[in-house]
Amino acid sequence: MTVPLTWYLIFATALFSIGFFAVLARRNAIAVLMGVELMLNAVNVNLVAFWRYLTPEDLSGQIFVVFVFAVAAAEAAVGLALMISIYRTRKTINVDEINELRL
Amino acid sequence: MDLRAIGESFIAWLQGLGIPDGWVLFINWLVGSVLILGLALTLALALIWLERKLAGRIQDRLGPNRVGPYGLIQPIADALKLLTKEDITPAEADRITYNLAPIIAVFHVLMLFAVIPFADQVVGANINVGVLYLMAFGALGTMAMLMAGWASRNKYALLGGFRVVAQLLSYEIPIALVMMIPVLLVGSLNLNDIASGQGGLFGLGWFVWIMPAAFLLYFIAALAEGERAPFDLLEAESEIVAGYNIEYSAMKFAWFYLAFFLNTWILSAIATTLFLGGWQGPFVDKIPALGVVYFFAKTFFMFFLFAWVRATFPRLRIDQMMAFCWKVLVPMGLALLLGAAIIVKMGAEMSWPGYMTNVLLLVMNIVVLLVMLSLLGRYTRTLSETKNKRLFAPELPRL
Amino acid sequence: MVGQILFIIVAAITLLMALGTVVARNLFHAALFLVGVFFGIAVLFIMLEAEFLGAAQIIIYIGAIATLIVFAIMLSKNVMGKEAGAYNRQWYLAMGGVVFFFLLMGWLLIQMPFAQVSAEVPADAISQIGQGFVGHFVVPFEVASVLLLVALVGAIMLARERNS
Repeated sequence: MTVPLTWYLIFATALFSIGFFAVLARRNAIAVLMGVELMLNAVNVNLVAFWRYLTPEDLSGQIFVVFVFAVAAAEAAVGLALMISIYRTRKTINVDEINELRL
Repeated sequence: MDLRAIGESFIAWLQGLGIPDGWVLFINWLVGSVLILGLALTLALALIWLERKLAGRIQDRLGPNRVGPYGLIQPIADALKLLTKEDITPAEADRITYNLAPIIAVFHVLMLFAVIPFADQVVGANINVGVLYLMAFGALGTMAMLMAGWASRNKYALLGGFRVVAQLLSYEIPIALVMMIPVLLVGSLNLNDIASGQGGLFGLGWFVWIMPAAFLLYFIAALAEGERAPFDLLEAESEIVAGYNIEYSAMKFAWFYLAFFLNTWILSAIATTLFLGGWQGPFVDKIPALGVVYFFAKTFFMFFLFAWVRATFPRLRIDQMMAFCWKVLVPMGLALLLGAAIIVKMGAEMSWPGYMTNVLLLVMNIVVLLVMLSLLGRYTRTLSETKNKRLFAPELPRL
Repeated sequence: MVGQILFIIVAAITLLMALGTVVARNLFHAALFLVGVFFGIAVLFIMLEAEFLGAAQIIIYIGAIATLIVFAIMLSKNVMGKEAGAYNRQWYLAMGGVVFFFLLMGWLLIQMPFAQVSAEVPADAISQIGQGFVGHFVVPFEVASVLLLVALVGAIMLARERNS
């Protein structure tokens, strides 16, 4: 417990920012998805840090993290399936080239 | 003689020398890690000899018999040969990834040794999430092979990499389902607790007696996780030459080879801990050191089974292998886990005597096994009927 | 003190890996950096005495999600080659915005007082988590399982080859 809570929070903020940058700036859809995963991980670090420092007896913080895991897994599965499907029809997964609604 | 006492007297001796507590802990852990590491590397040599000798005998050959008595020095000769060979890196290879892959492959197996209980309380790290830890570091192996397959810039290696994902990821699911069953029966994720929860007269408390179907399922899935025949499609010589490790030579190949054998041994050790009572055996409560003997005896018996299957069975086709996992093993694992959960919960609610729960579990296992076998039997019967009807059957019924 | 040094080392490595994920032109390298990030975060979870989550993080993120991402990378564009033009045209705007966001949040977090308690983690934390899933959090738990099922079916439907 020698590490202050703020360190964890600032670490998580930095991780979230890096992921956010990937989402905003990368062209490849898979890279964007990786950015989303980074952001979700930053949120997880926050949840666990808050659980440990503020309410260690109540394990809701950890349980929330498991739900985030479930959502992240579902998101990755569907997202990657979508990308493979788009790649098959368009031969690209660059998000700024996929700008037409019809496939 | 208690093995635990040796460790404690070692700590006491260090403290007697006037070393501060933090360093005592550090030295203790260091010695423990070095012991486990040494054990693992020595084991690998023994395992390679054993496997080759067994396969030789089963296939009516002699096996290695040139170097040393019964060819016992053969693995050392092999290792020396591999070390002195030229170390080749393909020109187009992705250097860092290529070199990192064998390191991770060995690292993940060695990490698994840390939580295996060799005897009561004789375990590298007695952590509360032992079973989860095993699954976690098992999953890292997939990554190592994927890295090897991609970084080699070789189409066969890449195909091997694809197969790694398909096979190891798929078989992780039944193996995880089945590993949850002992956890459910004991009520703890700690491997030492699971092993000590299987006490009883002359090994009657082992989970293999009350959950035989689960043990069988574990065994089959472990064959696939350990990339052993009939599931060695990752390195099928006749199809993709050598799979993900095709471009590796010399030392780096030796690392993959090491990881392969240690992985099989670890899978046997997990089977021993989860289903065969770990270090449990007659008189183990009076002489704790016997636990190590029992543990190694059971683990080597499991290893013998793996080697036996590998030396006997031909290879499956890849679609058969995937269909077998998703259409046979996963439903079976789900049924077993669900059945065990319901029976254990009902036993706890209605306060049945212990043997009642065990009998019901056994009946449930046999029923699941019979249903699965009859379904498989019906499938093979339609398969053979279709074949008889039309010689050049364009479409076989799918499993 | 040891804890602080350890935290700084782990956090620095993890952040460098995260930067690598964003900067790497080669998507496969990006995915490997991502694995490093996941591993670093598992270490942080264990430092926060959440061993269950540390192990689950490795199983789910490295064993499943990262492997899936690598698989998708191998299946899509030029398996063996580099990618030209990793960023889109507004990347400097994104960079500025993100840096601003980080500085703002960091400033706020340093100002913010938290009511910290120094209690120990309960010894039966893992079984409490399990009871939480089938007790107080049973509805979200079931919804999560339905979500995973839908994702499973949906992913198969989307990625399947339509040979009509």
